[in-house]
Amino acid sequence: MSSLVLKNLSHNKHYNWIVRNFFSTWVNTILTIIALIFLYKVGTFFLDWAVFSADFKTNFQGEIITDRTLCSKNIAPGEYGACWTIIYARFDQFMYGLYPVEETWRVNLSFVLLPFAIIGFLFDKLPFRKYFIYFTFIYPFIAYFLLYGGPNLTIVETNKWGGLLVTLFLGVTGIGLAFPLSIVLALGRRSNMPIIKSICVVFIEFIRGVPLITLLFTANVMLPLFLPDGVNPDNLLRALVAVTLFQSAYMAEAIRGGLQAIPRGQVEAAQSLGLSYWQTTRKIVLPQALKIAIPPIVNTCIGLFKDTSLVLIIGLFDLLGIGKAALADMTWTKLYYEVYVFIALVFFIFCFGMSRYSLYLEKKLKTDNS
Amino acid sequence: MQNNFIRKIIFDEKSRSLLIQTLTIGIFALVIYELVQQTAYNLDKRGISSGFDFLNMAAGYDISIRLIPFTSEDTHLRAYFVGLLNTLLIAVCGCFLATIMGFLVGIIRLSSNWLFKNIAYVYVEFTRNVPVLLQIILYYSILLHLPQIKQAIVLFDNFYLTNRGFYMPSPILKEGFGIVLGSFGLAIVATYFIKKFFQRKQEKTGKQYPVFLINSAIVIFTPIIFYYIAGMPIELDSPVLKGFNFKGGMVVRPEFLGMLFGLSIYTAAFISETVRSGIISVSKGQREASQALGLKNNLVMRLIIIPQALRVIIPPLTSQYLNLTKNSSLGIAIGYADLVHGFGGISLNQTGRAIEIMMIVMLTYLTISLIISFFMNMYNKSVQFKGNA
Repeated sequence: MSSLVLKNLSHNKHYNWIVRNFFSTWVNTILTIIALIFLYKVGTFFLDWAVFSADFKTNFQGEIITDRTLCSKNIAPGEYGACWTIIYARFDQFMYGLYPVEETWRVNLSFVLLPFAIIGFLFDKLPFRKYFIYFTFIYPFIAYFLLYGGPNLTIVETNKWGGLLVTLFLGVTGIGLAFPLSIVLALGRRSNMPIIKSICVVFIEFIRGVPLITLLFTANVMLPLFLPDGVNPDNLLRALVAVTLFQSAYMAEAIRGGLQAIPRGQVEAAQSLGLSYWQTTRKIVLPQALKIAIPPIVNTCIGLFKDTSLVLIIGLFDLLGIGKAALADMTWTKLYYEVYVFIALVFFIFCFGMSRYSLYLEKKLKTDNS
Repeated sequence: MQNNFIRKIIFDEKSRSLLIQTLTIGIFALVIYELVQQTAYNLDKRGISSGFDFLNMAAGYDISIRLIPFTSEDTHLRAYFVGLLNTLLIAVCGCFLATIMGFLVGIIRLSSNWLFKNIAYVYVEFTRNVPVLLQIILYYSILLHLPQIKQAIVLFDNFYLTNRGFYMPSPILKEGFGIVLGSFGLAIVATYFIKKFFQRKQEKTGKQYPVFLINSAIVIFTPIIFYYIAGMPIELDSPVLKGFNFKGGMVVRPEFLGMLFGLSIYTAAFISETVRSGIISVSKGQREASQALGLKNNLVMRLIIIPQALRVIIPPLTSQYLNLTKNSSLGIAIGYADLVHGFGGISLNQTGRAIEIMMIVMLTYLTISLIISFFMNMYNKSVQFKGNA
């Protein structure tokens, strides 16, 4: 008897949910039908293009695809979808650029180690977190040694780097270098000393007021003019300088938001205990402020990660740059949609992951405080 | 005594901050001095001349997308203004389109229809997590794959979609157009008084009048009536296929459309999120109270929810406008002749005056950013709580 009632209820619940969300009024019903038609049209079109009528390694005649003329859609125009073979054929370049093939294990190793270097920062209840944090500080040296080379490892110049390697390098290193700089800028902007404060304000507002591409141009064209003879950073390093300065200004604003959220009483209490400015900042203010500021910081990181694609304009081969280079190759030219959809997917996975993490943190902050 | 002096510097806050700031200025000045010296030396060694005299030299290149006449004999200064106007054009059009799309998507995200809501959600997540540069390039390459001019897609007889752009008729204004324009202006002025009139009437009698409908009818029909009275003073110049190209009419280039779609589709996703959070931020009690007073749903939205939501929406909306304007500099990737592409790119390569040109470009963007912030702050003040709240 009781089970019958429960069953009835649950049936009602689903029924109610469907009615409420799809057919509550006649306008709603029409909207539902329009949405269903739209979904059906777009969904079938995309799935057909990307999966069912697409070529992966062989075309519809069963031949192995070696260049674009063998793609089904180029043999029988209008009947077949994507030709994903370009992604297979160029996969190494999408990942490593022109990195020597026999050395790519070094890139793979640093990719594999990267999550271990970051994870300590991301989750504060991680077991053995202390050791992960230690590893975070060692990782840059390991990565430098692995990627660039050194004793026992042949040196790979940065002009051979490309693809996801450059995108991740600029993103991760830019964020890593910008973080300490942005804390200094944010503290400087809230300082009582007028000169320090105005230098920080002018720097932050200037960087935030101009497009990243002008900074990249400036770094690319003008950095060699500013530096003495013999000091000539390569293109990747120049881009890194621009990206770091850019990111530090945006991050500083996110941190400033966190600093402003700390009640004045915290500072006063610390001072009345006899703590100095640096002690107050390091032990009382910053830990609390950074905790609040992490979600907006992650959002600036998502922005930066997407913006690394701009380096293609100054001639670096990041993921998008490699994609354009692949399209310029006569063997594979004109397979635009395949390449761009693939790159979009890679960016989406990284950025969506970061935005989910930022949401998770926001939720956690809310429950922590209540 | 001397010991006392050092103690004072270290432990007295005022003298310590004075010392730190003096040191900062000193280091700062030294670095700047070194940089200037080094740059001057480097410029000299490479034989690069400096100064702003290049602005008056002939540019020597052509710009296909322009709002003011430009030939290759015109100066770099004129090239600057052509680029600036193109930047402003794409920024204004982009902000306009992005705002409309953003509000629409933001409201759909809050609709009660589960399917609609989630289609909007998927759109937002997919567009804002993919670089805007990639989107611009993708939309541009779609536009380039439209049929060639010979096989153009024809819409409404006179509109042609081709891979060389979107061809459409251009209006030629004849005598008497002033009357139509004037009547339009008068109609707008009249709506203000009509609104006041009905407002007063409503306050007296309590009866509501369809003011919006009446006013819309006046604004739409007055110019149409005067258009016929003045003897139809607008003539359409339709594009006609002649040889390999269209003659007459006007054309919107795929570079512009690619930028417009890329920037507005990308920014609309962000705007929709601010709109959504703005509407959510209005407490539920407000809606319930106004419904209890008997207001209809659209009035609840217009009179109660939107005015309060705007307070939350305007500041992030401003920064989205700023972002869109700065992102318009990506035109260089697809050849849209904006400030960075023409003046900052080609002029720079031709004259080699990197420092001067980048300075001008950056200052221009800073000025545009400041102007946008200024106006949006003014608007923001007008929607904030009045009084001592």
